[in-house]
Amino acid sequence: MSEATGLLREPWESFERQSEAGTLGIWAFLASEILFFGALMLTYTVCRIENADAFAAAGRATNIWYGTANTAILLTSSLTMTVVVQATASGDNFRRLILACLTVTAALGTAFLAVKGFEYKDDIEKHLVPGAQFALTEKSAQLFFGLYWTLTGVHAIHLTIGILLVLRLALLGFRRRLELDRNPEIRVTGLYWHLVDVIWIFLYALIYLPGRAS
Amino acid sequence: MTDALLTGDLPLPAHPDYLRDGTSLTSWLTTTDHKRIAILYAITITIFFFMGGAAITAVRLELFMPNGGLLTSDAYNKLFSFHGIIMVWFFLVPSIPNTFGNFLLPLMIGAPDVAFPRLNLFSWYLTIAAGAFTVYALLAGGVDTGWTFYTPYSTMFSNSHVFAAAAGVFVVGFASIATGVNFIATTHMLRAPGMSWFRLPLFVWATYATSLIMVLATPVLAISLLLVMAERWLGLPIFDPAQGGDPILFQHLFWFYSHPAVYIMILPAMGVVSEIIPCFARRRIFGYDFMVYALIAIAGIGFFVWGHHMFVSGQSPYANLIFSFLSFVIAVPSAIKVFNWTASLYRGQISFEAPMLYALGFVGLFTTGGLSGLFLASIPVDVHVTDTYFVVAHFHYIMVGGAVSGFFAGLHFWWPKVTGRMYPESWARFAAILMYSGFNMTFLPQFVAGYLGMPRRYHTYPPEFQIYNVMSSSGAAVLALAYLLPLGYFAWSLFYAERAGNNPWGASGLEWTTTSPPPPKNFDRQPRVDRGPYDYHPEGESAGLNPPEVQNAREVR
Repeated sequence: MSEATGLLREPWESFERQSEAGTLGIWAFLASEILFFGALMLTYTVCRIENADAFAAAGRATNIWYGTANTAILLTSSLTMTVVVQATASGDNFRRLILACLTVTAALGTAFLAVKGFEYKDDIEKHLVPGAQFALTEKSAQLFFGLYWTLTGVHAIHLTIGILLVLRLALLGFRRRLELDRNPEIRVTGLYWHLVDVIWIFLYALIYLPGRAS
Repeated sequence: MTDALLTGDLPLPAHPDYLRDGTSLTSWLTTTDHKRIAILYAITITIFFFMGGAAITAVRLELFMPNGGLLTSDAYNKLFSFHGIIMVWFFLVPSIPNTFGNFLLPLMIGAPDVAFPRLNLFSWYLTIAAGAFTVYALLAGGVDTGWTFYTPYSTMFSNSHVFAAAAGVFVVGFASIATGVNFIATTHMLRAPGMSWFRLPLFVWATYATSLIMVLATPVLAISLLLVMAERWLGLPIFDPAQGGDPILFQHLFWFYSHPAVYIMILPAMGVVSEIIPCFARRRIFGYDFMVYALIAIAGIGFFVWGHHMFVSGQSPYANLIFSFLSFVIAVPSAIKVFNWTASLYRGQISFEAPMLYALGFVGLFTTGGLSGLFLASIPVDVHVTDTYFVVAHFHYIMVGGAVSGFFAGLHFWWPKVTGRMYPESWARFAAILMYSGFNMTFLPQFVAGYLGMPRRYHTYPPEFQIYNVMSSSGAAVLALAYLLPLGYFAWSLFYAERAGNNPWGASGLEWTTTSPPPPKNFDRQPRVDRGPYDYHPEGESAGLNPPEVQNAREVR
């Protein structure tokens, strides 16, 4: 624990309590985030109940291959992030493993954004942006795509923040300026990363699966 | 020094208090001291308060005459919208939590600072950035949607600066969430040894309950405004009925935040009053446990009453029934609090210093506002008075009569602790009485005008309502004077008033055991708590005039 005391910040006297407060704080923030996305998904649900056929038709117009690939990418990134968090919590020296996994996590997050970018390009070329040029003729298909762009856009912003946080840890680590033993920053970043991942699992079901069962 | 000798502690080396520990502008703008951040917030919200007040002054002047003439309809709409947006999100929501909450929470629980001091400063910068957006919206030409941003007007028809104003409110929401997270972690993790949950002062409980609402309700406001911004900016048809969107859905999302937000405004004021009434009645608070449960109950039930804003929006009658019932239910814990404040006065040794005048004013005005709220919770009456001045009077009794009175009560009560100076008592009492009178002159006639059918948000009205509007506008002039007075005498007191001791009111509570103003880390020795709050007299006896035995700050391992 002697190394860990280098992480002690004002106003704390005990590293354990500081660490616990960090965990409590991030969980409170995640509760807030869940209500943020929860309200957005509620909006989607209400609109879908009111326009079931249009949402099924619009759901079929999404590109499920991009969505599925991204789900695989993001779930794998959660695995590498978990390895980082468990390795720091173990108390042993896993420096190379932690740095490798941080790098892979950030790379997978970036890969997700790249795939998303290709998907967006594809959507724009197919005129799936609400407006006068919109491709689908069902009455409320534009509403589905309005929510599609909002949901995926807000999620991508959250993921970008996550990537920057992980990159920051990785860069500090490579310059040997990151305390690796039980660092609360690593656990807090990990929790945030997993939340962004879990939200994507919901979005995948909401965006890509409607209208494809039959 | 004498205090220290009397309590048997060794004298401590003198060092500067938090106000004098670094005097440069940079030392203030980069501070992580919760007390300095509280001052930064206090300055910020004072500026916003007078901005919002200036807007409503023009509105009240316009309403002197039935046919207006001073303002165009458009300018009138923009002025009352600006008043609402600024007063709700840039004054009332941050008022007590971010000033007194920041200043007092660590002091009251015996901590050196809040849990995340840098996040605390970041939250202030977010508030400033958000304020910049909103003030830009005003300077660029204003926003005319009212503070509620109702769709489809805000998304499809308004030609004003809805985007900038909504962006401002969106960003200030993050400041609110950051503060809430910080206070929750502080209350859980930084209480002094012996400070168990049921020894916490009620102000701490109120701040804690408020923080829970901030964290859980604000994100829903953020998303509703984000969708409005997406529709305006990107043309995504989220609330467009022609595309299958649902404008009423916006109202649900908006009020899911904005009704609990009423409790963000009133719970901290209840906390302030719960500190002041025992002190000036020299009594223990009556029913401490029930005060705590009532705070938590209000915060909890507050999440399930939002539908009473939508009785005439075409909501299902079954939903109306349930929301009406729950709105009556939430009056029960509020009434428990009023009865307990009143009972705390019984067999007390009451004195009427300015904080007490404001606190007693709060109890009366809050009760009036609360009882008129029951009229509105009852659907048949609500259908009659929806969107009339009755509603305006009701929520101003809660927010101005309640929350602002609570704010001024706290300002006078803790001014000696914050600045180390007393304020001029006679002037303060005069201002308190003037504020109470001016407030009632302004808003009591609005109950009558509203009940007779005068709608809100119109700048012309039938001549038979002129008498009520003239009464209201004259009262507003008195109220404006009462708000300006403290600005003058508080400024005067900073330079010329007598110095305050550690505990000028003989109050219980840890914040009065440290020096006035407190040192940068609040306590020279770690406080240890061995009794409950409001220990003004032995249990089971009536009030005496002796000062309470304050908690001794001693070294603990």
